[in-house]
Formats: sequence, structure tokens, C-alpha cells
Amino acid sequence: MLLALVISGFVLAPVAPMLQRALPHRAGYIVALLPLAIAVMLGLMSAGVVNAGIVTDTEGGFSIVSTAPWVAGLGVDLAFRLDGLGLLMAMLVSGIGALIFVYAAGYLHGHKHLGRLYAFLLMFMASMLGVVLADNLILLFVFWELTSVSSYLLIGFDHSQEKSRKSALQALLVTGLGGLGILAAAIMLGDVAGTFTISELVLHRDTIRGHALFPAIVVLMLFGACTKSAQFPFHFWLPNAMAAPTPVSAYLHSSTMVKAGVYLIARLSPVLGGAAIWNDALTWIGATTMVVGAWMAFRQRIMKPLLAYSTVSALGTLVMALGVGTTKAVEAAMVFLLAHAFYKGTLFMAAGAIDHETGEKDVSKLSGLRGSMPILFIATAAAALSMAGLPPFVGFVAKELMLKGLIPDATRGTGSAALTTMLVLSSALGVVVAVRFGIRPFLGDLKPTPTEPHEPPRSMLLGPVMLASLGLLAVVLPGFVALPLVGPAASAVLHATAKPDMALWHGVNAALLLSVVVIVAGAALFAIQSGVLRVIEPIASRLDRLGPARVYDGTLWAVLTFSRAQTRALQSGSLRQYIFFTIGTAVIAIGGALAVNQGFSSVPGLSDVRNYEIGLFALLLVGAGYVGVAKNRLAAIAGLGLVGYGIALAFVLFGAPDLALTQLCIETLMVVLMVLVFYMLPDFRSISNNSQRFRDLFAALSLGAVMFFLVLIAGQSTPDLAVTTFYGERSVPDAYGRNVVNVILVDFRALDTLGEITVLVVAAVGVYALLKSTPKRAKHIAGLKEGSE
Amino acid sequence: MNSTILQTATRYLLPMLLVISVVVLFQGHNLPGGGFIAGLIGASGLALHGMAFGPKSTREALRINPATVMGVGLAAALGSGLFAVFMGLPLLTGIWFNLEVPGLKTIKVGTPVIFDIGVYLVVLGVVMAIVLSLLEE
Repeated sequence: MLLALVISGFVLAPVAPMLQRALPHRAGYIVALLPLAIAVMLGLMSAGVVNAGIVTDTEGGFSIVSTAPWVAGLGVDLAFRLDGLGLLMAMLVSGIGALIFVYAAGYLHGHKHLGRLYAFLLMFMASMLGVVLADNLILLFVFWELTSVSSYLLIGFDHSQEKSRKSALQALLVTGLGGLGILAAAIMLGDVAGTFTISELVLHRDTIRGHALFPAIVVLMLFGACTKSAQFPFHFWLPNAMAAPTPVSAYLHSSTMVKAGVYLIARLSPVLGGAAIWNDALTWIGATTMVVGAWMAFRQRIMKPLLAYSTVSALGTLVMALGVGTTKAVEAAMVFLLAHAFYKGTLFMAAGAIDHETGEKDVSKLSGLRGSMPILFIATAAAALSMAGLPPFVGFVAKELMLKGLIPDATRGTGSAALTTMLVLSSALGVVVAVRFGIRPFLGDLKPTPTEPHEPPRSMLLGPVMLASLGLLAVVLPGFVALPLVGPAASAVLHATAKPDMALWHGVNAALLLSVVVIVAGAALFAIQSGVLRVIEPIASRLDRLGPARVYDGTLWAVLTFSRAQTRALQSGSLRQYIFFTIGTAVIAIGGALAVNQGFSSVPGLSDVRNYEIGLFALLLVGAGYVGVAKNRLAAIAGLGLVGYGIALAFVLFGAPDLALTQLCIETLMVVLMVLVFYMLPDFRSISNNSQRFRDLFAALSLGAVMFFLVLIAGQSTPDLAVTTFYGERSVPDAYGRNVVNVILVDFRALDTLGEITVLVVAAVGVYALLKSTPKRAKHIAGLKEGSE
Repeated sequence: MNSTILQTATRYLLPMLLVISVVVLFQGHNLPGGGFIAGLIGASGLALHGMAFGPKSTREALRINPATVMGVGLAAALGSGLFAVFMGLPLLTGIWFNLEVPGLKTIKVGTPVIFDIGVYLVVLGVVMAIVLSLLEE
């Protein structure tokens, strides 16, 4: 059942473009039915209405498991598990997904590639469901990479723009590199625990924690999670990802994909949490990201980068809370995750709608829009107030819980005062950003905009209005909207029953007072923001140039420069140089291996050589030497032929008549082909000087010497004769043939032969195509030949 | 290359080489030989013809396009393996029948023989395709 829910998006994805072509005005609404159905199904399953094998754990949570074999030999199964945390994430992915498809139908109405966008979004949705429902580390990694790939396709959707392509590549490289960290950590974790099944890891908690690899596992896991969730210093890709169309930014880069890292941290907290390295690293990375993100958002005036940096800040807050890891902090994180998805989804969709209807992206140039777009104003303002942390919105509850989880008391360490201060500071900056984007542009006098502002179409209003209302309903009716999601989610992270307190009023306490401080400070900062920005901007923009994005650019430049240089050196296009490198590598690798393994000490004497053998090999040497000094091409070909026939003779002497026959035929045909090609080649010329010839002679002799010793030494070892004996014994009774070589070719190993003759046919087609499809070149060569005659 | 000696020699050599190639093909199961060598022998005879009389007359004498020979060979080799699949055995498992010829002894016929004929035709076709296209340049 869970497998079907995950796969359905992949199944529908290739159909979506066709659907768009058939029903250009309705396709988005039809596609939206799939995530809607998934969300409903998940709800029914978790509520026990649909029987899906529900298991209630002792920790007060629940889980639904579905497993199908995949790569059984490696312990990788298609194992899916729906528990509280998975449900919260999957509901966000499918629920917001449904709204996004409707929104995209309006936002990109009439766009040539809208069907393609639906397909990519469906792929992403399915991958993301896979990430949050997978119960196998390797399976999780596969879906994780699939989200990176679909994110790449979506950021680069507008592929004619260089900026889109560059940003898409940047996001892919940063998150893909992190994905490799996760793969390495997953393999180590699976090796240490003896299982890749995530829900079983917690049973091996002490083994994992005591293992020497534990620090490496933590560092690599956090590396992967931090790149995906845009934590400092890997945050720079997220603002650039805003090159994607707005529905994509609203979906992937605010409410779902960037939370995959947070999800992974939460998912592994019961296993890896509790160790100082894990908790401290998360707490301080998160707190730094929170402040840096809020500060960068404060400096933006363009809508999408402003929202992107505020998302970075929110992700930092979540990571910090999970790092603190106490019951209160984890509960706060889950409520904050839900609150953020509601308000940030609304704000992104509003940003797209405002841009769409006014043509203006700069918030400082927008004013007085309330009259022309009243519904959008109400939805945006509600979301902005939730983001600013004002009652009665869910953002307020989330911030209260967050503060309660951090405020210093007797049980908390010295760092908590610092964390509280950082939270208050970034929240105050957040208030400024929320008001600047979500409220200010609608108030005051109407300023002229590139296009006449008007209310966006209903398809683009549905998402913001729904999400903004949910932000209010989560507080008004917590038992209906929020608690069934955040309670089990927190329980799953904590492995203990958790029930976040979502009431608005708890009397006057420290958290409430700090909330008031945040709002007052934010309001004051808002009043003086233009003055502050004028003073700091010259200094700050200079500092930006030293940021981590520069490290990324520098690394990318260095890698590209290196690969260009080594390609120029190794792949020069000169056939002689390729052969020289190939021979050199073979000599060093084989000779080195022989030298290291003391192979040369076991070289046997050459006492057994007969006279005619010496004669034969003298003939071979003469032939080979003659090829090297031949003054014209025909002589060189004859020399090669001599070597070939000599080898065939050697096969006869050493009892391999089949090989000898084949070699004879091949040599004959080779000479024929050479002579045929001969007429098409330019004149025979000496193209190397003396020093090059000595270099080539040296290379050839080295290879000859290495092969000579290799063959001698290989003859010394006593091979396992089981295979030889098997073929010898079974050839007649099983395959009715006495020629073992032929029986192996056509019966025992017929599949290999089938592959080989297929390659032959392909090669012939290639030769034919080369000869027949390059008339200009052929004529050019013919012309050269005539000229020389 | 308009050499009377070569042309005269080819008139005698080509039939001999073709006969030898067929003999080598069928004796391969018990004695040195087989489809690959036989194909090379046959192809060298035809290449000789191409050099002596020109590719045009070789194509006319062959009647069949070398590409078709390759295709038929590949199909025969693959097809011989499919017998086993239809009998529920792994692909390319050798299957043998006893063919009773009245007045003669029993002959064993098996799918590996068909496979070897396929190899023969592929090698013949490939070499001919390459040699003839080179000759035509």
C-alpha cells in the first residue's frame, strides 16, 4: 500500500505532458487529484479507518509497515514505514503538492512546457514521499538523490537562461555531494548495526554509539543533512535556486525538499542523538544558520531572495531545536515545522502572484495594493503575522514553544542564554522581513507598477488562502488540524509520548515577555530600517564577497581547470600518444605488481628450450624488427604478416590447433585489409625524430620484457584445474563434442559468443557507416592520392 | 587489379575454399574447426574473388547482401537459444535430437550446430561487408 502511494507519482509523471496537451485548461486540476488522494489515504490509514496493518508502539506512536524484497543479498528492501514523523512530512508533501499543482496551472497558464513542469513536480513529489516513508537507509539514499535530480530539473526549468542552468548545477553539486556523505554514513551505519532497516537501528543504539566509526557516521550524516537543508556554510545554493518558477520555490525550496535534511536529523535522533558531538554540532550549526539567514533576509528587497534567506533562517531554527533535543525543544521543532510550512508556502505563492499581476519583484517599489487584490492581502497578511509570531496564529504558538525550550533554567547548560539571545535577535529581524514583504506593500498609496495590478485568478488564490487559514485553524482547532500531526511526530522523534501544548495563553511568563520584546524590537527596527541599511550595506556587501559561495566557485574552477589540463595532456588526439600511455601504464602496473610481490625471484631457468623454438622466435624477432625500420608501408605490412604467421606456428607447436587456424585466417585477412586500406592512406612519411624513436623503442622493449617475465612467472604457479577438468569431463557426455574449445564456444559459454558476434555486427555497421557516410572526406583523400601520383 | 593469374587461380581456389570452410564448420564439434574459423576461411575466398574480379562482380555472384547474411546469422544464433526458453530451460541450453536416416546410422542434431552456423554466417557477412566496402572506395 505505501509502496503504491510512493510509486504513483512516478507512474503519472510521464503521462502528465500528454494530459496537458489533451486538456490544456484542466490538466493541472486533474494532476492535483493524485496528491490530494494520497493525503486523504494517508490520513485514513493513520486514523485506522483503512486497514493497513497499524501497529501501536509502546511510545504512544503508531507505525504502518510494508516491505517488498528488492536487493535481498545486500539487505536492501523496498521497506516503507509510516509513523508520526513520516505522516507529518508526507501530509505536507502531498497536501501542499495538491495546492501547488492548482497554483502552477494559473501561474504558468499557457506556458509551452507546463506539462513538463507537472511531470517534474510529480517526480519530485514521489521522491520526497519516498524519502520520508523509506525504512531502509539505502532506499532513503536513492530517493534522496532523486529529489536532488528532480530539483535540478525544476530549478533549470527555464533552461534558456544561463542563470537557471548555473543555479541548477550548483544546487545539484552541493546537495549531491551531501548525498554521497549520506551514502557513506549509511553504509557504515548498516555495517556497524548489522541492518539497514531504520526502525531497527535504535535497538543497536549502544553498539553504534560505542563504535570507533561513530564520529565519522555523525559527521557524514550531518554533512548530508546540512547541504540539503541549506545550513551554514552550505546555505548559498538556496537563494540561487530561486531561479526556478515560483510554484517550484514554494514547494521544494520552502516547505518540503529543504526540510529533508531536518527530517533526516529528526529521524536519526533516537539513534545518534544524546552524544555530545551530535547535539552540540547541530545546536551551533543551526543557531549560526538562523542568525545568518535572518540577517541576510533583512538586507533583501527582492521578494524571492528575501523569502529564501528567511527560509534558511527557519531551517536553522529547526536544526538548532533538534540539536537541543529536549522534549520541549523537539515538540517546538515539530510545531514550528508545521507553522513554517503554512506561512512560508503562503508567502511564496503570494510573491509569485504579486509578481504575476504587477510585474514588480522589488518590495520597496510596491505600495497600496490592498484595493486591487483584497483577498490576497488578507491571506498574505495573516501569513506574515504568523511569521512575525503574533497571536492568534500558529507562528506565535511555535515561537512561544521554541522560547520555552531554550530559556535558561537550572537544568540547562551555559549555552542556552546565548541561544535564547540569538533566537530573539533573529526573530526580531524576522518581524521586519515579514512586515516588509507581507503587509507594507498593501498599505499606503498605490505606486505605479509595470502592469496594472488586479486580483490573481482563483487558481492562484486557492493555495495562499488555504494555507493561511490553516495557520489560524491550527490554533483555533488544534485537536483537528495540528495535534494529530505534531503529537505523533514528536513522539516518533523522542521515542516517548509527547503532546505539545498549543494553547495561546499561559499567563504572564518569561516566554511571553520575550515575545513582546521580539515584537517591540522588530517594530523599532522596521521604523529605522532604511537608515540601518544605508549604514551597513557598503560594509556588508564587501563581506559577501568572502562568503562560502566564493569557495564553491573557486573549487569548481579548480576542478574544471584540472580536468581540462589532464584531458589536453592525455586525450591529445594523437593515436601514437594514446598507445604510448597505454603501454606505459601496463608496464608500470604489471611490472610494479611483480616487483612488489617478489615475482621476479621465482623466474625459472630457460633450460628446456629446443633449437627449432629458438629458430621460430628468431624469425619473429626479425619480422618485428623489420617493421620498425621498414622504409615503405608494403614492407612494414609484410613484416607484420611474418610476425603473425610466426605466432600461428607457435600455437601449432604448443598444441593449440584451433587458435593456430584462427590466427592464420586472421593474418591473411589482415594483410588483405591492410593492402586495401593502403591505397587510401597518405604517403608513407617519417613522422618521428630520432629521440622519439628511441623513446618508442624503449617503451616497446619494456612492455615486451614485462610480458615475457609475466608469462614465465604465471607458468610457475599451479592453477586451480577444477574448471579445466569440468570442461574436459563434461564435454562429451553433456554436449556430444570432443573439441572442447568449440564446445565451450557454442554450448557452455554460448551466451558470451552471442555477445561477441553481436559486437562483430555492430563493428561492421560502424565500418560501413564510416566508409559510406563521409563522402567529402573520402573524396578529399582520393584527391590527395591523385595529387601525389 | 586486373591480373589473369589471380583470376585464373581464383576460379579454382574459391570453390575449394568454400568447400573447406563448410567442412571445417561441421567438423568443428569434434576436430579443430568451428563457425568462427570456417567463416574466416570462406570470407578469405570471397575476398580473393573481390580482388581478382572487382567488388561489383563479387556482389553479383553473391546475390545476397552481406548485411543480410549478418542478420540471418545473428538471428539463427539467437533463435537456436530460444528453443530452450520455450522448453522452460535457460536461454541457449543445448538441445539434441537423434535423427534417424534410413539406411544410414543415427545422426545427432542439436541447437549448438545451428548456433555455430549462425556464428559462421555472421563472420562471413561481417568480413565481406568490410572488404567489399573497402574495395569499392
